[in-house]
Amino acid sequence: MALRFEVLGRFNRARAARLTLPHFVCQTPLFMPVGTQGTIKGLTTEQLEDIGAQIILGNTYHLALRPTSELLDELGGLHKFMNWPRALLTDSGGFQMVSLLHLADITEEGVTFQSPVDGKPMLLTPEESIQIQNRIGADIIMALDDVVKTTTTGPRVEEAMDRTIRWIDRCIKAHKRPTEQNLFGIVQGGLDPVLRDICVKGLVNRNLPGYAIGGLSGGESKDSFWRVVAQCTAALPEEKPRYVMGVGYPLDIVVCSALGADMYDCVYPTRTARFGTALVPEGVLKLKQKAMAEDTRPVDPTCDCMVCKNYTRAYIHCLVTKDAMGSQLLSYHNLYYMMKLSRNLHSSIIEGRFPEFVREFLQQMFPKGDVPEWVCDAMEVAGIDISSCCTPFSSSQD
Amino acid sequence: MLLFQWKKIGSDSQNPCFCRQKREQTSAKPYNSSSSSCSPTLNPKLFVSVDMKFAVKAWSGGRARTGVLHLGSCPTPIETPSLLLSTRKGLPLFTPPDLLPSLPLPDSRLFHVSSLHFLEVPSPQTISKIGGLHQLLGLPEHGFVCIPRDSIQCLPECNSSNKFGASFETPSGRRLMKPVEYVELITSLKPNMWTTLADEVPVWVSDKRNKTSVDRTIRWLDECIELNQAGGPVIGSVVGGSSVNERERCAQEVASRNVSGYWIGGFGLGENMDERPALLNAVTDILQEEKPRLISGLGLPEEVLQGVAAGIDVFDSTYICHLTLGGFALTFPLDGVDMNASGIELTNIGSDQTKINLRATAYRKDMSPIVANCNCYTCKNHTKAYINHLLNVREMLAQTLLEIHNTHHYLGFFRSIRAAIKSGNFEQFRQKFVESRCYHVAAEAAAAAAFM
Repeated sequence: MALRFEVLGRFNRARAARLTLPHFVCQTPLFMPVGTQGTIKGLTTEQLEDIGAQIILGNTYHLALRPTSELLDELGGLHKFMNWPRALLTDSGGFQMVSLLHLADITEEGVTFQSPVDGKPMLLTPEESIQIQNRIGADIIMALDDVVKTTTTGPRVEEAMDRTIRWIDRCIKAHKRPTEQNLFGIVQGGLDPVLRDICVKGLVNRNLPGYAIGGLSGGESKDSFWRVVAQCTAALPEEKPRYVMGVGYPLDIVVCSALGADMYDCVYPTRTARFGTALVPEGVLKLKQKAMAEDTRPVDPTCDCMVCKNYTRAYIHCLVTKDAMGSQLLSYHNLYYMMKLSRNLHSSIIEGRFPEFVREFLQQMFPKGDVPEWVCDAMEVAGIDISSCCTPFSSSQD
Repeated sequence: MLLFQWKKIGSDSQNPCFCRQKREQTSAKPYNSSSSSCSPTLNPKLFVSVDMKFAVKAWSGGRARTGVLHLGSCPTPIETPSLLLSTRKGLPLFTPPDLLPSLPLPDSRLFHVSSLHFLEVPSPQTISKIGGLHQLLGLPEHGFVCIPRDSIQCLPECNSSNKFGASFETPSGRRLMKPVEYVELITSLKPNMWTTLADEVPVWVSDKRNKTSVDRTIRWLDECIELNQAGGPVIGSVVGGSSVNERERCAQEVASRNVSGYWIGGFGLGENMDERPALLNAVTDILQEEKPRLISGLGLPEEVLQGVAAGIDVFDSTYICHLTLGGFALTFPLDGVDMNASGIELTNIGSDQTKINLRATAYRKDMSPIVANCNCYTCKNHTKAYINHLLNVREMLAQTLLEIHNTHHYLGFFRSIRAAIKSGNFEQFRQKFVESRCYHVAAEAAAAAAFM
């Protein structure tokens, strides 16, 4: 174990905590920007610090290809290579393989795939994944799991869940740096509560430093999504961090935090920035639209990042999708927004005003009161009264 | 690692601006919110002074001189010879605005802006409403020089120019700029300086076409002066191709007008470098000494030295842009002291004593900075190995880091030039510099042109 997790405040299931990692002391709930290939697209490490990023993600699959984990190891690890003084998390490499590669296949041994370099058959085993991640040197590393799409049904789901448990033991055994790197297990089981429960119990038995809820954000309904998160956060140990992988939209993060999750990652903020979309309290602002061309307001009047303090929508409009600077500025704002959201979640829980924060957030995003039903259901389970944010349920017949 | 926080500077606290105040941070301290304390609103009615004053300070034997440029919006005067930094829609191509203060000051505050980047949106009305370039770009303390040609995307298209206006290839396609709409755009942008509309032609046009270009340029000069309602400093454009007579004629006409400085056009359009000194000298000998001379198209270090020797003060160069896009980083010694004595023969990968090609596998494991004691953000924080990786995986951060270093380095070159002029030995400096380069300028120019 190479971390300390101290809960500093609560509201029902939601918690604000201090997560002490080898490279940085973090405050949860927190969002982790994704720096796929050893950089967050277009931003410098200094800008990331200014924004308040605490942990950033590296993708093992991409880094193993270029510049290779051996090179990173030789040069002192990814922290030193990219000069990021705070915390890093690497995924197992499995997800990218399954989603990106042609003819990827999963067997008991590992993930077999065609090398993207020369087409030769290759195999990523749990042992290999951990070894690569040991070389990269992140504060948190992820176990190789057998992940299936949430829309999959049938015996494959159970097979994947069982295999994930068998693989965690191989990962633990292969892990050479347990005092410097924290191995998180990933809860699988699709949308089946029975399978999820078995998986949670199996992972918790191994007494890992932290746990992730995987296999979501892949096309399932929002209603199914929150229920899985709620079930897992209820079953996972209190005193360890919970990481919901691949989440996501600000609304999803608020809901999951209310249900008791602590950490999130997603490419959404930076990816949507490159398409000219800014994250704002009302939801999104599409800066490519013609109406933005003469709009002299800042992107988000309530935001105090350097982009919103200095630029108008009109100017950003003329940059987006045409000039690299447009992507940079919007990525900066979007990540600033996500980190501000993280800070607000943390401080509102500590300061005993979490429900007020949630209500304000929902009121800004749904000024007409049309809060989605899944959010209302989830908040009920979370014990947060959001009735003031929702218009009374109008019956379909008038 | 240091943590930065935005802070208002100066007593005039109406300006939102980028200035940084460093805060120490120990690794175990929990992070603090990085909220800014800059003013929360953009003030469209803010008046940014665009007064301009120029004074010649020192000579070095021939025509080379140093000077000081006082621009109303810049808190610190800028010494010349100086470099205009390339921009796209007013901001650097890759260097984010919050990293601009890390570049050498005040020299890095002079930006070249092409009005042709603003032909679509925002409209001149909106730009005016926002308050002009200084407000639009969030850089109230910068100096903006508007020259339509940017030598990258916006190039004069002399075959399509006619008596009504000058034609340019632009990001919005080919456009004919007439004086009226040209000045209207300038008026909304409110730059510190702007050049009058010119009919630039390359050296291989007929004598008749060349003469016409001078006639048009002078006529448009007068129109621009007349249309100049905002009263901002007008820079008169001088053309004339490769004819000494036409160059002289144009220079005489422009010198007799009420302009605040001169811009010499028609160079860097494929002419022979050896032809230039005679043409440049013919022009600068006629122009009034105490007004600044600007030029476009002399981008490479040797070309800059050529221009300085002829009495040019401000250079618009795309050298940094081409280097950056190509993955190159400048390494040539700035003070005649070899800073990078690596001893590796790298000529066959495009690296030489002046620059390195960071795509080369030679740098895969090189954990040293680009230049050993360079103070730029890139060299203080990152290694050749990291930039090599970023280039290989096509990450934009590579260009950002390279642009910062190359800008820093090239501005250092200009500082060396000024130092040499001040100590009276510019010609020795120039000769030594040219001799120490171990490649042909023609090859360099061809390589640079290949990236256009």
